[in-house]
Amino acid sequence: MSLIKLEDVHKLYQMEEVSVEALKGISLEIDRGSFVSFMGPSGSGKTTLLNLIASLDKPTKGNIFVDGKRIDTFNRNESAKFRGTTLGFIFQNFNLMPVLTVYENVEYPLIMVQNVPFQKRKTLIMNLLEKVGMLDQKDKYPGQISGGQKQRVAIARALVTNPQVVLADEPTANLDHGTAKNVLSIMRKMKEEIGTTFIFSTHDSKILDEVEIIYTIEDGLIAGKNIKISGEEK
Amino acid sequence: MNNIFKIALRNLFRYKRRTLLTSSLIAAGIMVVIVFSGLSSSFKASMISVITDSTLSHLQVHKKGYVESIENIPLTIYMTAKEVQDVQTIFKKQKNVDSFSPRIKFGGMVSNYLQTSNVRITAVFPDMEDKVCPALTKRIKGIKNKETFISSGEIIVPDIIKKGLNVNIGDELVIIATNRTGAVNAMPFKIVGILEGTAGPQSKDCYIHINDAQNLLMMEEPEISEIAVRVNDFKFLKSVYSNFKKDTLDGNLFEIHTWEELSPFSSISKIVDLLNMMVKVILMFIVLVSILNIIVMSVYERTSEIGTIGAIGTPPNKILGLFLAEGLSLGIISSVIGVVTGVFIIIVLNIIKISFKFGVIDLVLSPSIPVKDIFMVVFVVVIISILASLQPAYKASRLEPVDALRNV
Repeated sequence: MSLIKLEDVHKLYQMEEVSVEALKGISLEIDRGSFVSFMGPSGSGKTTLLNLIASLDKPTKGNIFVDGKRIDTFNRNESAKFRGTTLGFIFQNFNLMPVLTVYENVEYPLIMVQNVPFQKRKTLIMNLLEKVGMLDQKDKYPGQISGGQKQRVAIARALVTNPQVVLADEPTANLDHGTAKNVLSIMRKMKEEIGTTFIFSTHDSKILDEVEIIYTIEDGLIAGKNIKISGEEK
Repeated sequence: MNNIFKIALRNLFRYKRRTLLTSSLIAAGIMVVIVFSGLSSSFKASMISVITDSTLSHLQVHKKGYVESIENIPLTIYMTAKEVQDVQTIFKKQKNVDSFSPRIKFGGMVSNYLQTSNVRITAVFPDMEDKVCPALTKRIKGIKNKETFISSGEIIVPDIIKKGLNVNIGDELVIIATNRTGAVNAMPFKIVGILEGTAGPQSKDCYIHINDAQNLLMMEEPEISEIAVRVNDFKFLKSVYSNFKKDTLDGNLFEIHTWEELSPFSSISKIVDLLNMMVKVILMFIVLVSILNIIVMSVYERTSEIGTIGAIGTPPNKILGLFLAEGLSLGIISSVIGVVTGVFIIIVLNIIKISFKFGVIDLVLSPSIPVKDIFMVVFVVVIISILASLQPAYKASRLEPVDALRNV
């Protein structure tokens, strides 16, 4: 059974007198442990799709299932609980809390969302920071590290709660090409080591070497699906 | 909970200048409340002490109807010796009564044979009067023994008479008075002391011995116009007052009044209390507006951050808690600074001793504020801090993460 399933999902934004249909009937299935990218130009509906899978937004029509649960009917608290236990997030602008150190940023979901005891927290955080290569920077504040390092911290924060899915919205948009590839390879490595499903959106085709499945989104519809096996496209 | 406060504190100090300014404003408000309360309480206590310890005493008992016409100093509403005995018996039974002193009060004229002036005369037993008004003798210049500060044939005149009639200690004065039958009598007295000035009607009070008053007013039986009563502690005032009312079987015979009912200063005292309350209300307003402003700004500036923490699964109640903790922390920090500064200023004021003239009375202020009042100020500030943070914190907790994340 697939981990994520979307059935004829539509999303209509009503803005005063103008209505915009961001998604026009998306149906797809994503398996557990996949490394998936939604690719497409700005305004194609990639972020909307991620927001719906994250239960941050509700579809106008259609059903969304994650791990067998229908999430589009969740109320506010159920959505928050679902995100806190099932999902991890990586943002385009890193979205780290500037008042917390690298260590504390990674610790944040364990304290505020999951109430993990101190010793267990410490082990989890140190382990992840080592994996993303940020252990030596753990006492620095986000303002004291580079963009690539910030995104590595964000990856650690997303993975620290051991989520089933990590959603990343344009995770490399604010990084140079080399750093972007490096960040993606870290995500890929994490996926292989931990088995987490990674779904991210991007409009940069040059960084897609690491991706297994690419959904091309155009004008609110899936325009294509490419599956790469060992570097070859199908 | 600790982590919420840790994050709240870090967020507060993220905008150091803003937090410092707001905190200073609240702390200054608390400091003003503490210092003003200390000074006004001290002023009130000093004035009450001057009034009760040197003229009125704490309570006064009169024959029914006397106080109603007190401005005329009536000679017909006096207590007989038997009635005085009855009143004294009631007070002797009350353990919280320290002392009492019978007085005769009447109006008359004093003359130095060249000039004449109208005065109010208070006739007392000096030893008893010294107990109910222990500060009286401190205000009399020229006396040697405070327990026998006045004897038969002697008079203590106020400063205003000394200056007006150009007399001094050792000089002779004549008192001319009318008794209740309308007969006029006069007696010579030797000035043995000068009473320093007070504000109000007491400024023209002369003191003579009670035996002289009885002779001057040609009383066949000894009678008195009032009994001044002093309680052990000011806090027993109300209980002694109500016990007397309860113990006086014939309610139509006597009346008892506290100093507040007899002195015009009680109105000033109420105005001081009102001012005190107004300063506190202004402080509450300062706290409310300052904290509301800082938390509203925080929510506005950190909308995207609220979106992030909401997106990663922080429950709405914890987001609410984060912002409430910010307001509460700001209130507590400001309170501590305000209390420390306020108490420090009160200590300094006590060391330097502020003295000033209120009317003709010299007052030395030694401000103090009860610990419970400080706790009350801090408690109110903390409660208002929470209330002020509630609306913006609630707004933050209700933000949809997806909308908040779009905010740049």
